[in-house]
Amino acid sequence: MANVSIRDVRKSFGPVSIIKGVNVDIEDGEFVILVGPSGCGKSTLLRMIAGLEDISGGEIRIGPRVVNDVPPKDRDIAMVFQSYALYPHMTVAENMAFSLKLKGTPQAEQKKRVADAAASLGLTPLLDRYPRQLSGGQRQRVAMGRAIVRDPQVFLFDEPLSNLDAKLRVAMRAEIKELHQRLKTTTVYVTHDQIEAMTMADKIVVMHDGVVEQIGAPLELYDRPANRFVAGFIGSPSMNFIDGYLDAGGLALPSGTVLPLDVRPAISAGTKLTYGIRPEHLQLAAVGTPGAIPATVSVIEPTGADTTLIAKAEGGNVTVVLRERFHLKPGEAIALKPASSQAHLFDDAGVRVAST
Amino acid sequence: MTIAFAPSAVSAQSDTSRSISFAFLAQIILILNSFIMLYPVVVMVFSAFKSTGEIFEHPFAIPDFTQVQNFARVLGETSMPTYFLNSIVVTGASILLILVLGTMAGYAVARYESRTNTFILLFFLAGLMLPLKLAVIPLFILLRDLGLLDSRWSLIVTYTAIGLPSAVFIMAGFLRSLPSELEDAARIDGASEPRIMWSVMLPLARPPMAIAAIQNAVPIWNDFFFPLVFIQTDSAKTLPQGLTSFMGEYTTDWGMLFAGLTIAAAPITLLYIALSRQFIQGMTAGAVK
Repeated sequence: MANVSIRDVRKSFGPVSIIKGVNVDIEDGEFVILVGPSGCGKSTLLRMIAGLEDISGGEIRIGPRVVNDVPPKDRDIAMVFQSYALYPHMTVAENMAFSLKLKGTPQAEQKKRVADAAASLGLTPLLDRYPRQLSGGQRQRVAMGRAIVRDPQVFLFDEPLSNLDAKLRVAMRAEIKELHQRLKTTTVYVTHDQIEAMTMADKIVVMHDGVVEQIGAPLELYDRPANRFVAGFIGSPSMNFIDGYLDAGGLALPSGTVLPLDVRPAISAGTKLTYGIRPEHLQLAAVGTPGAIPATVSVIEPTGADTTLIAKAEGGNVTVVLRERFHLKPGEAIALKPASSQAHLFDDAGVRVAST
Repeated sequence: MTIAFAPSAVSAQSDTSRSISFAFLAQIILILNSFIMLYPVVVMVFSAFKSTGEIFEHPFAIPDFTQVQNFARVLGETSMPTYFLNSIVVTGASILLILVLGTMAGYAVARYESRTNTFILLFFLAGLMLPLKLAVIPLFILLRDLGLLDSRWSLIVTYTAIGLPSAVFIMAGFLRSLPSELEDAARIDGASEPRIMWSVMLPLARPPMAIAAIQNAVPIWNDFFFPLVFIQTDSAKTLPQGLTSFMGEYTTDWGMLFAGLTIAAAPITLLYIALSRQFIQGMTAGAVK
């Protein structure tokens, strides 16, 4: 096991800059998730840690060693790919033993390690099968087995769950997390799914356009997003953003509604700000309630546990998640009262304004 | 709901019956075609068991298959065994060289990014468009200067050169379609580049290799032109060239000729049958997924 340190790492393909100076410190045994929309450079960064992509600038260390010019096989890492990348002409056992065989591990030792890994993943009855005879979930498990067998310093996962159906994904999510708790191997995991990131990570690195937007524990990102991008990316449904300006009583919207603020930021009145409020921090209120946003019901989506309400308000749609059931019809006028202690403020550049 | 479904059910039914009648027609055409294809082969095999007199008297009669004196004479009294061995050596060596060199070139063109890749592939493809028979005189001079004339090597190097472009084309096309993640996985597992090619990529590339082998082996085995130009010594002749010596100026022993032809056609037919499953698999690879 080892820590991984990424210092001012850059990557460009010709004139196109993909990663523009990234710094991440990954502690020994930590489960770190790189998350961001497609094209943000997270997979490229992972492939750079793996040694499958050259590093254009900066430095990557695994343990005390700088690995910039170390070939993948000498980095003591294992990687699980999105398409699993199992060798189609080898059985499950051969797939898992391939790296050991290349290293020249003795037969008996190979057998033992494959058997141990297979037992821990419930793959023992499948050892003699070929990948084409396995289901998606089983293939995924074999890919993980192939990584475990090597007992590497670092596990790398590249969107390992995106080819699975929704139900299996949730099950495998728990399995990977449990595996990490058991093995305590440093893990770097790439996904575009923020739910995966929230549920599995010790630490999340949110990336966007080749830069790190924020690094932190899942709930830290949720509660105190550093900027508008992170605020909108983490959380489902996304945070609502309403533009307004600072006023004596709070944040004034163009229509004149004033949303109260718990702590008034130390900036001059009249400054343009964006008010961010999560869907679960809005409550239904009587029409005309002061400090509530007037809106019209547009779509109602019951999920059973809670109900998502999409309403038209000034400046666009507002999404609300309500635990209690209600009887509203599309087109009805309502008012939505934000919990002012949960509000976030962002300035013109999208950076969080210290208020709460 | 039922009313809404009815018309589509009817049209589905007529679609099925239409496709059945089409399949039936296709089967008839295919069966007729196989008769046309098999007819000369059957006549050849039948005639090999007959004497020249019998061939002209009853050309279509089913022969007595115990009459193997034609075969005995072909193998015992002529240089047929030498021709046969030469054909095997020449075809085998050429195919081996084509597969080894073609696969390596195809692998490099398909899997490694480089500026010269396209140029190299186009260079190979240019060979597909150029019939080498047009260049037979310079080729003759070249082989003479190399001292290869009148030996089996003259044929092996010529056939390898002719076969390489299509082999590179087939292999590069297939290897390009293999996911690069497989290569990445092997690289992380600790495999060296030759090891990745040998242990991971090539086992998956058997169908295109079968195609490259078969589609080169048949014309090489059957080729008459190059041996005719390059070979004079009887001990270096291949089957198609050697068999012509059975055709006399005044008389031809047709029974013996057909026996020789049957022996000549057997290996390549057996090879085709053995590889046909891989061959068809390779032809349709990627068509259905």
